[in-house]
Amino acid sequence: MRKLLPILLVSFTAFLFLIRLFYLQVLNENYDEVSTNISVRKVYDYPQRGYIYDRNGKLMVGNQPAYDVMAVPLEIKEFDTLELASLLKLTPERLETQLQKAWRYSPRLASLITPQLTKKEYAYLQERMHKYEGFYIQKRSLRDYNVDHSSNILGYIAEVGQGEISQNSYYQSGDLKGKQGVEEQYEKVLRGERGVKHYLRDIHNKNIKPFKEGKFDTLSQKGSDLHLTIDAELQAYGELLLQGKRGGIVAIEPSTGEILSLVTAPSYDPDLLVGRKRSRNFTRLWYDSISKPLYNRALQATYAPGSPFKALTGLVALQEGVVGLKESFNCYGGYSYGRGARMGCHNHPSPVEMVTGIAHSCNAYFAQIYRRTIEKYDTPQKGIDVWQKHMASFGLGDYLGYDLPVGSPGLLPDSDYYNRAYNYPTYKWYASATLSNAIGQGEVLTTPVQLANATAAIANKGWFYRPHIIKSVAGSPIDDEKYTTKQVTTIDKEHFEPIIQGMHDVFNYGTASYLRVPGIEVCGKTGTSENYTVVDGERMQLTDHSIFVAFAPKENPKIALAVFVENGYWGSRYAGRISSLMIEKYLKDKIERKDLEKWILSNTLEDEYAKPYSGEPFKINQ
Amino acid sequence: MPKTLLQIDWLTILIITVLIGFGWVNIYSTTFISLEENIFDLSKIYGKQLMWIILGLVISSVILAMDSKFFKRFANVIYIFALLSLIGLFLFGKTIAGQTAWYSFGAFSIQPAEFVKTAVALALAKYISEMDNDLSRFTSQLKGFAIIGIPLALIMLQPDAGSAVIYLAFMIPLYREGLPHFYISFGFLAAAIFILTLKFGFSIFAPVFVAVFVIIYLFNRKKKPKLWRYALTLIFALGFSYSVNFILNSVLLPHQKDRFDVLIGETNDIKGSAFNLYQSEVAIGSGGWSGKGWLKGSQTQGRFVPEQHTDYIFSTVGEEWGFMGTSIVILLFSMLILRLFHLAERQKSQFSRVYGYSVLSVIFVHFFVNIAMVIGLFPTVGIPLPFFSYGGSGLWGFLILVLIFLKLDAKRKSLD
Repeated sequence: MRKLLPILLVSFTAFLFLIRLFYLQVLNENYDEVSTNISVRKVYDYPQRGYIYDRNGKLMVGNQPAYDVMAVPLEIKEFDTLELASLLKLTPERLETQLQKAWRYSPRLASLITPQLTKKEYAYLQERMHKYEGFYIQKRSLRDYNVDHSSNILGYIAEVGQGEISQNSYYQSGDLKGKQGVEEQYEKVLRGERGVKHYLRDIHNKNIKPFKEGKFDTLSQKGSDLHLTIDAELQAYGELLLQGKRGGIVAIEPSTGEILSLVTAPSYDPDLLVGRKRSRNFTRLWYDSISKPLYNRALQATYAPGSPFKALTGLVALQEGVVGLKESFNCYGGYSYGRGARMGCHNHPSPVEMVTGIAHSCNAYFAQIYRRTIEKYDTPQKGIDVWQKHMASFGLGDYLGYDLPVGSPGLLPDSDYYNRAYNYPTYKWYASATLSNAIGQGEVLTTPVQLANATAAIANKGWFYRPHIIKSVAGSPIDDEKYTTKQVTTIDKEHFEPIIQGMHDVFNYGTASYLRVPGIEVCGKTGTSENYTVVDGERMQLTDHSIFVAFAPKENPKIALAVFVENGYWGSRYAGRISSLMIEKYLKDKIERKDLEKWILSNTLEDEYAKPYSGEPFKINQ
Repeated sequence: MPKTLLQIDWLTILIITVLIGFGWVNIYSTTFISLEENIFDLSKIYGKQLMWIILGLVISSVILAMDSKFFKRFANVIYIFALLSLIGLFLFGKTIAGQTAWYSFGAFSIQPAEFVKTAVALALAKYISEMDNDLSRFTSQLKGFAIIGIPLALIMLQPDAGSAVIYLAFMIPLYREGLPHFYISFGFLAAAIFILTLKFGFSIFAPVFVAVFVIIYLFNRKKKPKLWRYALTLIFALGFSYSVNFILNSVLLPHQKDRFDVLIGETNDIKGSAFNLYQSEVAIGSGGWSGKGWLKGSQTQGRFVPEQHTDYIFSTVGEEWGFMGTSIVILLFSMLILRLFHLAERQKSQFSRVYGYSVLSVIFVHFFVNIAMVIGLFPTVGIPLPFFSYGGSGLWGFLILVLIFLKLDAKRKSLD
């Protein structure tokens, strides 16, 4: 019996060891990953972000190098906090909080300590970094702007936030990502692919050799270059014209749907959001709640479209066959539609028919043909829905699907909307209740880009391409069906002729006759829209918005645009002048009407914008 | 001499050779810097080990050439010489990492404790074979314990508690030669109580133990068991269990307590006391089925496991050779110990048998403690893996220990 002890001990031990080893080595797969975490270091190679050019190949956005100070908390040895803080130009407390944040993010992964040093700061720091184990410098590329405009189109790049990191595993602390504009919309194309090299490291944190002969390494791939549809010169000119005003300009090439310029005002120099000054400047822009420079008025602001909408009202009436081309209407300074309700009109020759109605912008004419359109059907609900479908075919009431990340659908009411508003069927409503729609002053709300698009559809006599901002990616023109499929309106081609003639006559003898562009057949339509704001809980009416839509030349149009100038008194005053200059600039490449240009540049609306906040009583439109 | 070569147990020699060879391959992996280096470079760990191996061959040949009767005749002299070498450490020894365990000769150091095991085995074998062969007598037991206890106490004073654990191995030959069951059962019982109390705490352990104990008593009632024996055992068990915390906190040194805490998962300070074990487990665990390949283990090549060429050499096997490698090493050791067991049992002379038992027991305890420590089943105890770990004293000590027995075995027919 006593002889059995060694045999028992050895068998038991061998059995125990084999089970334990089988568990450790074969069953438990965690150790593989842990081992890789401990002994393999990833070194990233950040590629250059793609360049951005305008439609003519002019460079708008390039790159410049920048240097981030990173740290891997577990590898940090004791160091002189005060010294490093002063080197990095941080307060010691700030450095402490950054390090605590880094620990929370991950003890093993690199975290950003301070971003985007300049080349000069980097050179100075580099010689001293070896003293601080666990810290290192990561080279990145920052944006270098060649233009001081288009910030609303381009967007900016910024460090990814904690939320984005947890949502998208591609990004890591300190990575830069496009925010807003083209940078956000085309982030994947622009950023390229980050390269990574794996090194085996030893316990002293020294790289020994490439991990598995570089089997898992990838090369970085430069981001693709983008060509925008924007004409940089026109864009710059548009921003110049809108200086001191609020509003937006959207210009579209009707034959392609390409956005030639997309101006919002006030705006800011894109260079403000580069590098270390980004965060300070961004805060300033973000908190400017009155002029809202980060708000893209060209895409997001919804305005009552005003008189330009009359062109659409006319088209629908013609399509529905409720009015003859030569059928004339008298204007008695307005239109009364029962129980004392009356829509006013301004002073103009009377009677009018379709072409002259548009040229003189007669409210009474369009109110009546709108009413006929709705009342053609048994019920106002049916009538409104037919009308709504026609309008929707011009892209109103819809985000339009352009390739920028912000927007607004505006408002294009249908029968449901009015049923809710009037509490139908408890209360009934009739065409007259929606009559203001006829002149673009009712419930309808549009964004500048929607109105520009509708104008392009008129210029094309019944079709458009979805507006878009990208012309080509890495040299190959976009082939996204979304932007290469013709969108056809519900209005037959022949109905556009009189409308276009009317818009042409606006310049010949109508509301914008003093805005003719010599040598170019321009078609357009003025608009003046009432608007309200709320200051300190009180609703007050403000000076009217100045609106203008136009396209040129009349035959084979090259540009269609919509201009909104907030509180610009009346259509031709600001928006009309700006439209006229934009068309001249684009089609002639130079401005001959220097007086007109000078007027726009020297007249700002800053005083007008200050009025509601001054506390003083004021009268509108004065 | 030629005759000895024919009679010697070549299977044992083969296993040892494989272990030494594979050990060197792994030592090389933990210490090489570039493949262009000369493997005989004496400034490198693997170069030194190669020299120890070659000199070990010389020592082995000398032992095989010696007269087999020499060992029994001079056992006491060797034993006294060994004790003197331990005492001498306190006068001439060199202190490394707080332990005065080495004699230093220039670039090389010798650790006498590695050779004392052989001396104790010889002395114990001689003592048992010469007395009236009755280990049931208390005075005989006491003398036997003294032979083991004197060097053990001297080693504890170095202080090297880890190496002292090895001397428990000699309980196995004593048991084989008639030491009462009591000692062994008592030892296992104490170990079990210690582990269970550590894991579950006294308040859980005590009631469960009492319940199990009462059931066992009731089952054996028909055999008329002696009640006082049961009572004494119970009192001892509960008392010991109760004092586990006291032993941990007051008897053990802080770093020794830490090692227990790490083992039972109380501490998870992988940057501090748990660092070694954690790195070792990661290295072994990441090896998978077939390992990452020789010289390709990322943990080994990054030198993440401290003392990897000595006490933690097994973690290299785990990482670079995988489960295949580790199981082969475990099977080789098991075969070696069982082969030595077979040889010991065939001895006619009691001296040879006791000595053989000592050899296999010492190797077994080293094997058990070292690997159990590296794979996280035993608290950290700094003892080498026989034939495998780096170190001249250790290698020579084991070669001498085993080869004396092989020589005795070769001459078993002429010895009595």
